Amino acid sequence: MIKIHDINKTFGENHVLKGISAEFRDGVCNLIIGGSGSGKTTLLKCMVGLHEPEIGSVVYDGRDFTRMKFEERIDIRKEIGMLFQGSALFDSMTVEENIMFPLNMFTEQHRKEKLERVNFCLERVNLEGKNKLLPAELSGGMKKRVGIARSIAMNPKYLFVDEPNSGLDPKTSIVIDELIQEITEEYNTTTIVVTHDMNSVMGIGENIIFLHQGEKWWEGSNKEIAHTDNKELNDFVFASKFMAAAKIKL
Amino acid sequence: MIFHSLGKYILLLKAVFRRPEKWNIYRREIFKEMDSIGVGSLGIIAIISVFLGAVTTVQTAFQLVSDLIPKSVIGSIVRDSSILELSPTISAIVLAGKVGSSVASQIGTMRVTEQIDALEIMGINSPGYLILPKIIGAVTTIPLLVIISIGLSIAGGYLAGTASGATTSQDFITGLTTDFIPFTFTVSMVKAVIFAFIITSVSAYQGFYTDGGALEVGQSSTRAVVISCIMILFADYVIAQLLL
Ligand SMILES: Nc1ncnc2c1ncn2[C@@H]1O[C@H](COP(=O)(O)OP(=O)(O)OP(=O)(O)O)[C@@H](O)[C@H]1O
Ligand SMILES: [Mg+2]
Repeated sequence: MIKIHDINKTFGENHVLKGISAEFRDGVCNLIIGGSGSGKTTLLKCMVGLHEPEIGSVVYDGRDFTRMKFEERIDIRKEIGMLFQGSALFDSMTVEENIMFPLNMFTEQHRKEKLERVNFCLERVNLEGKNKLLPAELSGGMKKRVGIARSIAMNPKYLFVDEPNSGLDPKTSIVIDELIQEITEEYNTTTIVVTHDMNSVMGIGENIIFLHQGEKWWEGSNKEIAHTDNKELNDFVFASKFMAAAKIKL
Repeated sequence: MIFHSLGKYILLLKAVFRRPEKWNIYRREIFKEMDSIGVGSLGIIAIISVFLGAVTTVQTAFQLVSDLIPKSVIGSIVRDSSILELSPTISAIVLAGKVGSSVASQIGTMRVTEQIDALEIMGINSPGYLILPKIIGAVTTIPLLVIISIGLSIAGGYLAGTASGATTSQDFITGLTTDFIPFTFTVSMVKAVIFAFIITSVSAYQGFYTDGGALEVGQSSTRAVVISCIMILFADYVIAQLLL
């Protein structure tokens, strides 16, 4: 479980996160939703230490990450897998080398074992056989999927995914959502997914946090989200005609 | 402002020299860098060195108007100026352009595309992994390049001198072999090592703290070259003052 408390982050004059507190549970998909620029990516980066929040704490299963020294943080980071919004694949390495990289760095496995793991991860994101391609030869959606494969290579305890579905077709999108859900349940991972895809929200959103202008505006599950009378959340959820039509059924 | 940057530079270097996670991965990276920095720069260093020696010979001969000074002096002057100044310093300036800009843009691109963040998240000491192999690669290969450069510069001088009739082969070789002070070679190697360190560390610093996008990567790479060149000449002066 990850607990964050009163996270505040500013960039110059821009107060991006205003006192966010939340709990992210094990074994379920925790979603962070909100409009573009609402601070979702920034919150994620504050949680993993890529941004330092001015105020607030992030606690990983009782371990206070914010107060740790660099060396202590390394131990927690080895338990973290993260997919970046822009995939962030190493562009000098092939798909295979990208996924194998953390294994090379932190395990003593034999090449054959590592290769098996790589192929297993690639299979799970429907990219078997693409081992030798370079990131430049992949489509945006394929990059995303390689990024996911890389983030799960080390069997992370904490999985952070920033917009896994943007740039994917609806079918692959569902495959990825299911994959994230499966991994989370199978390994009891603490998974945090940033998204603004309503399909994902309805599909896997067991615990949802809605950010609005840098504040936590609403919190609940996908069962509750359609019945809230929170105006901003309703605007967000029912922005598409499709969802509005679906509301009648809900 | 300068002190702020200097502090950041020193902190970055401190991170660079943290104990590597895994030596064999670093070793592989070091060999890669030695190949790209050392072997990759052989051609350009060879070409400029020959011309440096040739120009020095021709211009020294032009300035030697007095008959009291023996022509063999040309050989000594080419030798000493190649060893002490031309080969280490001019090579370093050229390498600042070639190696420095590529180091800065490579690391800068990794910064703006979040690849450095991705390394950090995995628990890897990104300055160490990205910068240490480059520094070691440069510090080991650039002195070798300078030695090659000295040889070729003297050869270029010999060819230009004998071909233009400015000096005879006999005179030139006499000049080369008289009054050689081995310490000049030591100074040359000290310069090479320090210049190599400046080029890679300054450029890596510029790349590492790139903020923004592709445009800023280009700016970082320009700044890397300019600052490296200034630092090289400054260090050149300090070394000369201290050692000679
Ligand atoms: N490195 C940075 N420097 C300065 N400002 C930043 C930086 N990163 C984000 N911001 C600002 O923080 C705000 C929130 O950005 P963030 O990337 O967290 O949004 P987001 O919710 O992830 O949006 P999107 O859905 O479009 O990805 C924006 O106003 C942005 O301008
Ligand atoms: Mg974002």
